[in-house]
Amino acid sequence: MTARLRWRKLVSGFMLTMTGVCAVVAVVVLFFILGYLVYHGSTSISWNFFTKLPAPLGETGGGMANAIVGSGKLLLLAALIGVPVGFLGAIYLAEFSGTTVAFIVRYAADLLNGVPSIVIGIFAYILAVLPFKHFSTTAGGLALGLMMIPITLRSTEEFLRAVPRNLREGAMALGASKAKTIATVIVPAAYRGILTAVLLAFARVAGETAPLLFTALGNRYWSPGWNQPTSSLPVMIYNYALSPYEDWHRQAWAAGLVLLGLILVINILARAILARGVSVPRS
Amino acid sequence: MRRLREGDEIVRLVTFLFAAFVVLVTLLLIFELWVGSALPRHKFGFHFFVTSVWDPISDQFGALPFIYGTVVTAGISLILAVPLGIGAAIFLAELAPARVSDVLQFFIDLLAAVPSVIYGVLGVFIVIPLMREYIQPALKSSLGFLPLFQGPAYGVGFFTAGVVLAIMVIPYIISVSREVLLSVPRDQREAALALGATRWESTWKVVVPFARTGIMGSIFLALARALGETMAVTMVIGNTPTISASLFSPGYSIAAVIANEFTEATGDIYLQSLIELGLVLFLLTFILNGLARLLIVATSQRGSGMGQA
Amino acid sequence: MHASVRPAVSVNITPTGTGSASREATAPLPMRMSINQLNFFYGAKQTLFDISLGIAVSKVTALIGPSGCGKSTLLRTLNRMYETVRHARLEGEILLDGQNILAQDVTQLRRRVGMVFQRPNPFPKSIFDNVAYGLRINGTKLPIAEAVEKSLRHAALWDEVKDQLHKSAYDLSGGQQQRLCIARALAVEPEVLLLDEPCSALDPISTAKIEELLVSLKDLCTIAIVTHNMQQAARVSDFTAFLLTGQLIEFSPTPHLFTTPGDPRTEAYITGRFG
Repeated sequence: MTARLRWRKLVSGFMLTMTGVCAVVAVVVLFFILGYLVYHGSTSISWNFFTKLPAPLGETGGGMANAIVGSGKLLLLAALIGVPVGFLGAIYLAEFSGTTVAFIVRYAADLLNGVPSIVIGIFAYILAVLPFKHFSTTAGGLALGLMMIPITLRSTEEFLRAVPRNLREGAMALGASKAKTIATVIVPAAYRGILTAVLLAFARVAGETAPLLFTALGNRYWSPGWNQPTSSLPVMIYNYALSPYEDWHRQAWAAGLVLLGLILVINILARAILARGVSVPRS
Repeated sequence: MRRLREGDEIVRLVTFLFAAFVVLVTLLLIFELWVGSALPRHKFGFHFFVTSVWDPISDQFGALPFIYGTVVTAGISLILAVPLGIGAAIFLAELAPARVSDVLQFFIDLLAAVPSVIYGVLGVFIVIPLMREYIQPALKSSLGFLPLFQGPAYGVGFFTAGVVLAIMVIPYIISVSREVLLSVPRDQREAALALGATRWESTWKVVVPFARTGIMGSIFLALARALGETMAVTMVIGNTPTISASLFSPGYSIAAVIANEFTEATGDIYLQSLIELGLVLFLLTFILNGLARLLIVATSQRGSGMGQA
Repeated sequence: MHASVRPAVSVNITPTGTGSASREATAPLPMRMSINQLNFFYGAKQTLFDISLGIAVSKVTALIGPSGCGKSTLLRTLNRMYETVRHARLEGEILLDGQNILAQDVTQLRRRVGMVFQRPNPFPKSIFDNVAYGLRINGTKLPIAEAVEKSLRHAALWDEVKDQLHKSAYDLSGGQQQRLCIARALAVEPEVLLLDEPCSALDPISTAKIEELLVSLKDLCTIAIVTHNMQQAARVSDFTAFLLTGQLIEFSPTPHLFTTPGDPRTEAYITGRFG
């Protein structure tokens, strides 16, 4: 073997090992994050955390009950906006629309998807806070709902399109109207994918903080109804982490663990549902 | 085109309305951003982008410090994330057995799902102290002759924000690059090997160049994400509108200033200046995302259209 | 360069190629490569059974047989290309100039045994850079521009591209791209050139040009070609091996195999009774 060849093989081995190192580093970061959260967060998770309101400044022992409920309400609103629009819009794209309209709608959805979340927050502020002169849960829900739309729309459309022709034709040949075919054959065939899409959209907006900063704002108490500012997990984490209080830092870790845990579980669940096999027989 | 039955027609209309809603809402967003920033646009015009004074008291607003901070932090993040990301993608696409590659990709997808605020928390409690105690002093002593690494170092600043952003965008570079590398036709690699190339030579000199445009696309995507990132950045950048050559200096980004000052903004021109910043951010990410998509689509078409008689 | 072929089944090679009826003195033909009792496996499944044959120096050897008979698999063992597939495994011996290729460094081997693939696969580079690629990584004694011209001339492509060397390889037609791939492979001066159905993606005119080319390349290097087109094998090759479900059925000088095949299965294949 010539010296040149020996060198080339050395370089090859070295560079390929380095790529392995890169991959390992990337994955290790994930485990670091999880590790730190579990380590710091698990010690602070307690019954109090889930049931108590934030304690007054300087006192310990408070919890994030209002933030948990607040996040729940916001996500519910977001789903009420995001899921129907995404789902029904996708049905139009997959079943009825022509190519130009489809292109425009998809382009708009992709555009919306790429908008930084803080800008969505500005938009929701202009629409839902400015006219009423106060912050509200509704405004926060609107912001999050807008973010859910593109995700549910594009994914649902893909899964609807993936339903094979012969299923549709089978139903129509039996005299089913288009609407009936969609409702009784196509959607059920694609339900796994649609469910996954909704779950992933949820996971995405559950952790969003920026759009809530000037829509739902925050609140150290319960927030009754839908027209008042409300606390949420991500915003609490943000505020507590930047505060100078040890106790609040611990709560921030705990909240982070809960939030991340929730998001990861949803992600894994969504993938598991999908991996179970597309609920459509292969043609 | 056959006429649909009545029930179908209703369904068609209803679903059309929802689809149209998406388009309308997007258009409305652009409209509101434009209209909502009218005052500063008329008052400052182009100077908005080149002035560095941000003084709410005297109603003088210049975006330069924020643009600077956004660009610098995004730049640092790419310098760190691109080599690591492409390296990892090469490993996953060319070297790792399919199952290992899929499992690792799964973890990397989970990394992409971690919310920004959690990266922020880690930034505040782990990265900042690390920077302050170890990394920044080390950089100062070894590379301190460069203006980049001079000046007081307290852990927060452009560099720290860049590092945190790098961690956040790596999964995007890896996922997209891995996919485009996997789509390179097999016989490209085989042709290189058949000429006596080593594994690395066939990967680096043939497969990667073939996927070059798609990889560029992934970088644009990552850049778009880095530009729009708010929470993690604002928690570690120092939130001071400064322009400084030193990477250790605290700074500000467009997204961070909007997050911090929006609720404090008294007076129309203050608020609208922040909205104008939002418009700028929107335009930047719009262009980058558009380019990214073009590049990625271009690569996948190339892979399927080659070698035709 | 000595090893004579050990017959598997009905092997008959004489330099005059007129069959066992000839009484002229026959010395064994020098072999550039020999395969001895080769067994090949994909995981647990065996796809080549006890194959022995020789690739004669400066001759064209064709491998024919129905789809799935293993001819491509066999070809790809000659430059150890099967190693890019996990779970692919080989038993037996393959010699290049008397030395076992399995014991050699694979990168070096592939410089000596080149390959042209079924679909033209030029790199996304200029015509010049495609041919120069192998030279640049392996090193060359000649200046690169000279070596590139030499290869393009050997591949009968020089006149057509000499003024556009810096254009993208993808601007060429399919037939030209395949000749470019041949030039690229020839540039590193291999001793053996393997071609895996090189014309199956091309039109008849390009096919004819490449067949002419192959005959003219014999003096430069030894050629082994897999083809599903029997007429092509008859036109181009000196020796033909017929494979069926992973076994070597017959291996003889081409005219002999096609006019008086020794095995009934060969006869059935070449007369089109299956295939």
